[in-house]
Amino acid sequence: MLKKAIVLAGAAALTGLASTAVLAGPDDDELVIDGETFVTELPGFEGSPLDPIYSGWRFRDDATQALEMDDFENPAFVFVEQAAESWETVEGTEGKSCASCHGAVEESMKGVRASMPSYNEAAGELWSLENYVNFCRTERMGADALKWDGDELNAMTALIALQSRGMPMAPVIDGPAAEWFERGKEIYYTRYGQLELSCANCHEDHTGDMIRADHLSQGQINGFPTYRFKNTKLNSAHGRFKGCIRDTRAETFAPGSPEFRALELYVAWRGQGLSIESPSVRN
Amino acid sequence: MKRLAPLAIGAALVSAAAWADTAPGDVAFTDGAVEQSLTGKPGDAANGRVVLGDRGQGNCVACHQVSEMADVPWHGEIGPPLDGVGDRWSEAELRGIVSNAKMMFDGTMMPSFYKVDGFIRPGDAYTGNAAEVVTPILSAEQVEDVVAYLMTLKE
Ligand code: HEC
Ligand code: HEC
Repeated sequence: MLKKAIVLAGAAALTGLASTAVLAGPDDDELVIDGETFVTELPGFEGSPLDPIYSGWRFRDDATQALEMDDFENPAFVFVEQAAESWETVEGTEGKSCASCHGAVEESMKGVRASMPSYNEAAGELWSLENYVNFCRTERMGADALKWDGDELNAMTALIALQSRGMPMAPVIDGPAAEWFERGKEIYYTRYGQLELSCANCHEDHTGDMIRADHLSQGQINGFPTYRFKNTKLNSAHGRFKGCIRDTRAETFAPGSPEFRALELYVAWRGQGLSIESPSVRN
Repeated sequence: MKRLAPLAIGAALVSAAAWADTAPGDVAFTDGAVEQSLTGKPGDAANGRVVLGDRGQGNCVACHQVSEMADVPWHGEIGPPLDGVGDRWSEAELRGIVSNAKMMFDGTMMPSFYKVDGFIRPGDAYTGNAAEVVTPILSAEQVEDVVAYLMTLKE
């Protein structure tokens, strides 16, 4: 009940701003979770298209921000707890759980999220965290692959990402990842759909501006998977990309597609140095 | 040639009855402006106002602030406020901007509302699926209605 009240108050506060439209740019709030201060703003690195770089958290209203600052209030943790159970649960023909091979998630998965997506030598492809999870399931557990951007897979990636919370985004873009990076960059600047809008049109050229009722951030992915009020569940970065491209009246790419993995690498690079906030809270 | 027969009845009547909307591919731009009405008729400013505010139609206020439309919630800040555009631009220029703003402002972020080609991966409205047939975002009539409304925005 308390949670609802906070959310509603947030909505009311936002409506109050409609007439004045004073929002422009990020706010000055500091993100602290469990006593740890997160990097939500930093100067652009060499070759960075953004300067400063901001976390999307800085563009949300106070009530939404507050939910992310308290793990007991953060609605994403219901799903994280479910995934913690799945981690220990034997599934598939091999009689194994994730824990059978990896032990405690807190130990074995620490830091993993920071370098995602990453080039997988054996597969000869760039893999998102989801690919690694599904590979373990199908090849090592003899279980079915989980659906991309589905509740179960998003819960598992949230659990894994949580073990890197507070660590800086640090994707590797050279070597065999370089061509994926270039492809992702090309997608980022392509004006898709009947509205002919690129990611950069909204998230680079108009950071901080209102587009109808939405306060535009830099479209960073350091908070993913993220819990959204809009659909009251966890959302993957690819799910968000899909929604943004759909909103340009375009034919989207599929979550898990090579195009979205390439885009994920490029967007991760744009946010390098930001603290991982997963699982974050957004509207 | 039979189509010319009604001429005998009266020129005024004919132009209304025989006029077909200018197809999106046939719109003639001169320096970004379009002289000729797309419907051959004056637009309805009251409906144009609805088109500007409706998310499923023009959704112009997603990007533009319009003081006269203060009753419609949420105006964006992407483009310039539209207050006074009826003074700043001629009707022909406004028709050009709404039909295909890229003819007036090179590389602008403003979408082209009366255009059907040149898109990358056009979708079937907001479904995320591929479009089978691309129809303009606004009909010729809606464009004229919007232009008529914009002409009322004088300082
Ligand atoms: C028409 C404008 C528009 C376009 C084009 C667009 N987005 Fe977005 N995007 C939004 C809005 C509005 C939001 C919600 C507010 C925010 O977080 O910026 C959003 C949110 C996001 C978020 C969530 C950020 C967070 O902190 O939760 C990501 C990631 C994102 N967009 C990435 C992209 C990418 C990548 C592309 C191109 C494939 C893209 N967007 C294209 C409007 C757009
Ligand atoms: C996605 C954003 C976006 C949408 C949606 C949009 N516009 Fe625009 N509009 C712009 C931008 C940006 C400009 C500034 C032109 C430039 O790029 O220099 C502009 C310019 C204009 C101008 C010229 C204003 C001036 O004072 O010079 C008019 C008139 C206009 N738009 C009308 C409309 C109408 C009517 C609609 C809806 C049918 C609409 N716009 C939808 C972004 C948008």
